[in-house]
Parts: sequence; C-alpha cells; structure tokens
Amino acid sequence: MKNFICKFYLTIIMIFLYAPILVLVVLSFNSSKSRVVWGGFTLDWYHDIFRTSVVSSALQNTIVLALGSAFVATIIALLACIGIDAMRRREYAVVMAVTNIPMLNADIVTGIAMMLLLIRFMPLGFSSIMLAHITFNIPYVILSILPRFNQLDVSIYEAARDLGAGPVYSFFKVVLPELTPGIISGFFMAVTMSMDDFVITYFTKGPGVNTLSTMIYSQIRKGIQPTMYALSTIIFLITVLVLIVANILSAPPKKHGIRNTPVNHI
Amino acid sequence: MQENILSLNNITKSFDGELVLEDLSLEIKRNEFVTLLGPSGCGKTTTLRIIAGFVMPDQGSVLMEGEDITTLPTEKRCINTVFQKYALFPHMTVAENIAFGLKIKKKDDDYISKKIKYALELVNLTGFEKRKPRSLSGGQQQRIAIARAIVNEPQILLLDEPLGALDLKLRQDMQKELIRLKKELGITFIYVTHDQEEALTMSDKIVVMNQGYIQQIGTPEDIYNEPQNAFVADFIGSANLLAGTMIQDELVSINDVRFDCVDKGFGINKPVDVVIRPEDVEIREKGQGIFPAVVTSVLFKGVHYEIFAKGIGIDWMIHTTAYHEVGAEIDLYVKPFNIQIMNKPESEDEAVIQKE
Amino acid sequence: MKRKYIAAPYIIWMSAFIVLPLLFVAYYAFTDKAGGFTLENITAILDSLHIKATLLSLELSLACTALCLLVSFPLALVLRRLNMNNKGIIILIMVLPMWMNSILRILALQMILSKNGILNMILSWFGIAPLSIINTPGAIVFGMVYDFLPYMILPIYNAVMDIDDDLIDAAKDLGASYPSVVWHVILPLSKPGIISGITMVFIPCLTSFVIPDILGGGKIQLLGNVIEQEFITSMNWHLGSGLSFALMIFVVIGLAFSQKQEKKDRESLVW
Repeated sequence: MKNFICKFYLTIIMIFLYAPILVLVVLSFNSSKSRVVWGGFTLDWYHDIFRTSVVSSALQNTIVLALGSAFVATIIALLACIGIDAMRRREYAVVMAVTNIPMLNADIVTGIAMMLLLIRFMPLGFSSIMLAHITFNIPYVILSILPRFNQLDVSIYEAARDLGAGPVYSFFKVVLPELTPGIISGFFMAVTMSMDDFVITYFTKGPGVNTLSTMIYSQIRKGIQPTMYALSTIIFLITVLVLIVANILSAPPKKHGIRNTPVNHI
Repeated sequence: MQENILSLNNITKSFDGELVLEDLSLEIKRNEFVTLLGPSGCGKTTTLRIIAGFVMPDQGSVLMEGEDITTLPTEKRCINTVFQKYALFPHMTVAENIAFGLKIKKKDDDYISKKIKYALELVNLTGFEKRKPRSLSGGQQQRIAIARAIVNEPQILLLDEPLGALDLKLRQDMQKELIRLKKELGITFIYVTHDQEEALTMSDKIVVMNQGYIQQIGTPEDIYNEPQNAFVADFIGSANLLAGTMIQDELVSINDVRFDCVDKGFGINKPVDVVIRPEDVEIREKGQGIFPAVVTSVLFKGVHYEIFAKGIGIDWMIHTTAYHEVGAEIDLYVKPFNIQIMNKPESEDEAVIQKE
Repeated sequence: MKRKYIAAPYIIWMSAFIVLPLLFVAYYAFTDKAGGFTLENITAILDSLHIKATLLSLELSLACTALCLLVSFPLALVLRRLNMNNKGIIILIMVLPMWMNSILRILALQMILSKNGILNMILSWFGIAPLSIINTPGAIVFGMVYDFLPYMILPIYNAVMDIDDDLIDAAKDLGASYPSVVWHVILPLSKPGIISGITMVFIPCLTSFVIPDILGGGKIQLLGNVIEQEFITSMNWHLGSGLSFALMIFVVIGLAFSQKQEKKDRESLVW
C-alpha cells in the first residue's frame, strides 16, 4: 500500500515533467498549423526541416555552438582543475568563488554583463555568442571534474613516477583515465546547457544570427512554425537514444563488482 | 531465575534467492552474554537484524518472553542496538544523541537530563555533553553509542561488531568495559563478532555459525576444548586438524601411530577427525615421546614460539616457551585428554559447509 | 614549473569574461548617459513601477521555491524508499527534459493550461468546471516550478540518498516512527542539499522573463521583464544595469546568508 502511494507520487511527477514534451511531439505530426486543432497525421514538417535554409542555419549554429563551446570549455576546465588542485587554501577559495559566479548569478545579469563588455571590442554575432557559451560552460565542467581530483589516489601517480615514468607520461597514462568519467559528464553537461540556453544567447547575439532558441522566441508572436516541433522532437529523440546507450554501456557489470565507479553522470 | 527471554524458532531467510539462514533455532536466557561468532557471510548479522526487527524472516518466529514479536516493528521492541560504525547522529550533540530515544518516548526533561548524566558516568565520558560526535575518537564514539542505547533501559542490548573499528589496545580495554557494564546493568547482551578471542573472553555462551547454520552452542570452554566438528575446531584458536581412525574406545590411530585418548563411543575402526591444540603438543627429549620429529621452522610470537615440526608425515604446529633450533631432532608427546575426537561430517552437504 | 600555473588560461579567461563584465555592469549602473556619477539607476528600483515588479517577483519566486521544495523533498524520500539508488538513471530522467527546447516546453505548458487547453479538457471529462489559470500569476508560478523543479530535486535527492542506512535504523531502533525519523534525522541531514536547491531555484525565478512573457500573457511585469525592456526596447543601458546591479545585491545577500548557514553547520560539525 505504502509502495503504491510512493509509485503513484513518482508517476505524477514524471507526468508533470514529460507531459509538455509529449504535447510537442504530438504537434510535430499535426497537419494543421493550429496549436489547438488536430488536422490529421503528417510528416510534412519533418521534410520541411531540410528545405528551409533559415531553419538549417539556426540548427547549424546551435550544434556548432554546443559542441564547440563544450569542447573549448572542457579543455580550459581540465587545465584549470589540474592547477586548482595544487593551489593553497586561500587561492583555492578565491578561484572557486569566482567560478561559482556564473552558476549562481542570474542568467539575465550574466548575459547583460557579457554584452556590455563584448560590444566594446567586437560586433555582436556568432563569435560573441561562442565566447559567452564557453564562459558559462566552464564552471559546469570544472565542478564535474574537480571532485574526481579529490577522490584521486595520489599514490597511483607517485607509483607511476616511482616506476620511472615522467610527469607528463604519468598524467596521461595514470591520472587521466581516472578523470575520464568526470570529463565526459562535464562535456555532456556543457552541451546540454548550451543547447538549452536562451537568455544569454539572446543578449549576446547580433542581428541575423539565430540559434534555435532565439528563433523560436522570435516566432512566439506570429505563431511557431511546426517545423520547430519536428526539429526539437528529432533532437530530443536522438539525445534520449544516445544517453540510453551510453548509460547501458557505462553501467557496471552486475554482481562482479569489478568497477566501482558511479554510473556516468548523464 | 534463568528463563528464556528470547527464542528464535526455525528462522529461514534469503536475500535475492540466496539462502542466508536456514531453519535456525536459538534460545537465549535472561541476563546472558551471548556471542554469535562466525566468519563474514555466516548469517550472524542477519540473525541480529532479525532480532532487532530491521529484517523480517521468511519463515519462523521470534518470541520475546513468550510473546510473538516476529512482525512487531523495530521502534516498538524493548531491544536496542549498538551499531558497528556507531551510527551517531552527526547533527546532534552527544547529549542530544543520548536523549533521542527518551524524547521520542516523551519523557520529561528532568528525567532525561538525569539519564544523560547517569549514562555518561557509566561509560566514563562525563563532561562530553556538548561535543559533536565527529570531534570524538572512535572509542569515545562507541561509548556514546552504548550510552545512547542503554538509557532506554532495553531488556536486550544487541551489539554488532562494536569493537571492529578500534585498534587492538583499545579493543581490549573496551572488552573489559563491556563485561563491567553488563554486570552493572544486569541485562541480556547479544554480541556479534568474527573475532574468536573476543568471543572467548567475554561470553557466557557462544553460538558458532557458518553458512547460515549453527555449528555449535556452548560455553567458551566447551567450544575451545571440545569442538564438535572440524569447522569449529579450525575457526576457534589454532589447531592441528588431523584425519584418524578410532581403533576402539580410548585408542585412536593417526598415520598408523597409536595414541591414547579419553573419548568413547565412536565405534570400532571408524574414521574420525582429530584436533590437537598447538599448546598441547609437548616437545620431549629423544626417547621420551610418542614419535620422533624434526623442527622445520621457528617463529617468535612474543608470548611463545610457534614451531613447526615434521613427524609421522604430518606438519605439527607447536606453541612452546622453549626455543628449539631448526633441524633439531625431537620427540613429540600429547596427553590423552588433550586429544579431541570428532565425528566426520555425515553428509556431503555438511562436508561442504565445513570445508569453507 | 609549479603545477598551479597550469590554471593560468582559466584565470585569464575568468578575469576577462567573468570579473570584467561585472565591472562593466557596475560602471553603467553608477553613471548616467553623460558619463557622470549617479545613484539614480540603483535607487530607480524603488520607483513605484519598479518596486511593484520587484515585490511581485519576490512573491512569485518565494512561492515557486516553496512549491519546488514541497514537491522535491517527499520525492527524494519516495526514491529512497523505493530503493532507486541508480543515481545515473534518476539524474538522466531529471536532465532529459532540458533537451527539448525550453521555450517550446513553456509554450506547450501554455497549451495545456489555456482556456480550451488540455487540462480543462481532461477536467471536463470528470465534470469539473474549467479553470482559468492562464495569464495569471498562478500560471507563472506553475511554469517556474515546471522549469526549475529538477534543480531542486537533484541536490535534495543526492543529500537524502547519501544518508547512511545505519542512522535511519538507529533512529528506529531508539523508538522513532517513520515521521519522526524524517523530521529528526533525514530532514536535518539533508539541509545542505535543501539550501543549494533553494539557491538554484530562487535566483533563476527572480529574473526569469520568458516564462512571465508567455504564461502571463505579457500583462504581468516581473523584474526580469523590466530589465529586458530597458536593454532591448528602451535602450537605456544605464538604468538596465542599475536594476541588474540591484538584483545582484539581492542575490549576494541571499548567498551570503546561505553560505553563513552552511559554514555554521560545518563548523559545528567539526567542533
């Protein structure tokens, strides 16, 4: 009985979180352009994705921004973690306090602040969005790699050095593999954040440059193109698929307890 | 009066299809210090958790003073537990930890503060009221855990390897402390450990368990001197565990050498297991023992030397205070009442259990 | 070479793109269009129009945070009870919705809540009179809870799952019923998670402008909408920066408070 109530509650929350997504998926197959009327099943909107160049350029921008900013952010964050881990208490506290700013500050303030700075030195456009995305991604990656450093057994690095390996070789062969799960989950977190961002992009973008988010926002008043539903559905389903596969692959083999590392973060 | 305070009847429990306890029955008398002893995975902790009410048995019943408490939830039982890793609430002070159970039972403040004072005195930690558990050493935390349990005046105190995380010296001090506490409180202690020395030192009664079965129940002396099977003999202390043949009453042959013993009733020419404790193997001068042997290794162990000597095709483990050189030719002797004869396991099933 | 210098690229990046922009905000906030020093942009938050938006923002954010907390803590208990200890899967379920564009999701919510929307359709099947939620502050709070719930669930879930089983067993052993175990043991021990959940929900709520835009029907002005309009429509960067700066002060006060709380907890744990 108690378990039934528990499961019921869990189900309600799941419905709450996923009902809007279901609505969007259904709309992507609706042949009527109206958001309220069901006009029958169609795949037209999926065809349209590849026909309209405006959509495909926004899509391209979104993907390049997400992967590019996540990649750069991961590299900077990894280097940062190696350094931060060696810092003394006070330096550590200062650096981490600043690192927390973009995460804790309101998106709108971060966006405005970036805009005020960037507009002085460059025309707002694709590059300014990229710089902004890298900036707000770095803290997420740092926070997913740094705990791995704390868990790291110093003696494995020392053992490698003791066996005659140089510091760089020891790092790549012994330390890096231990950090990999953190790096991967940090990278995915960054991609997610970049894809999902609207506010910061909105303030740092220039005219004519759009991501999917800003494009959808601009369409709110005149009505959303159903192509957007189709496109979002595809992105969502691909992600679900990738993540499920990744989770199955990274799940520790049952009972044998060979790997004790927690399941990948994403 | 010695009556049963707790009885477990035909308890069976499995987790994920793996049998942990099978048809286990056990009686515990009022005011007894009972120890459940066995290697990890033998089911001793599960037994304790069934008594505490954290785990429900699949079959069987738990009776406390004749009343069935099998399905009674933990919080309603007059039983308290001292956990292996102390399980002190980190967000509460020592005093708040000790007061926890009493506050739940809505005792008045006066009573609670008196109880805290009494309990801290009992465990020698007066003045620690305001401290947080994490600022205490392992031994101190363990005492607080004990204090927290006993203020509730349980009829039975369960202790789950409470000394496991402490170092040797502290462990020995705490053993004495626990015996003293037990005497002062006059309640039943059920103690779980895998440390045979601890069990022998503290208990009134030891229950040796392996693979979900009870192997032997008895006083520490019984268990040590008269193990009922090879598993118990091997697990308790060190032992020379030998295969022999009972030729007739009071005469056993090991590798064709005959030894006088005191056991009877095993039958004639029956294969048996023989246990001889290393301190019972005596080194004698040539010609004065039962058979000759050659010293193969000597280790200094502090209190005694551990000597291995080869004789009649067996490596004998010997504990003695006298030093002997490696290669020395000696004679070995065993007094008849120091030879312990045990039946061979009867079924294959039992044999498997004993082997592990 | 010292190892800490490897962090140099990050330190430079951080100074250029985190610290410097904030100094720019401060500069605009304290100057007028002619470049002279002024406090007017900051005190503008007390204007009747702005104070109304600010108070409403605070009110809705508090409501949203409280609701998120009320939903998340029991959820964490449920997950613990059902033994859902595969953290990867739970995090996956919470993060996954983010991969559907957030503005589209809010629009979908609008369709669900609207007068002829799905919610009212379902209600009518049960013979319940249609609700008019859309374009009210209630709809905005609903949308905020929807959007920010995962940020509350995840830290609380982590904190609740990290509590040692032994502590809960110990509380039961000492006579505590399940509600008292929750109140005396689980709740205090998950406080760090609750505090971090509150900060992660409250701040984005306070400054959100897309959700009020869509679900408030453009009639309800929150602090975020005011700031956005100063920048995008009125092009008054000085006033916009001033309001942002005032907002930052709110955030800093809130954070300092929660940090102090956390520090107090940690110190008392050490002593």
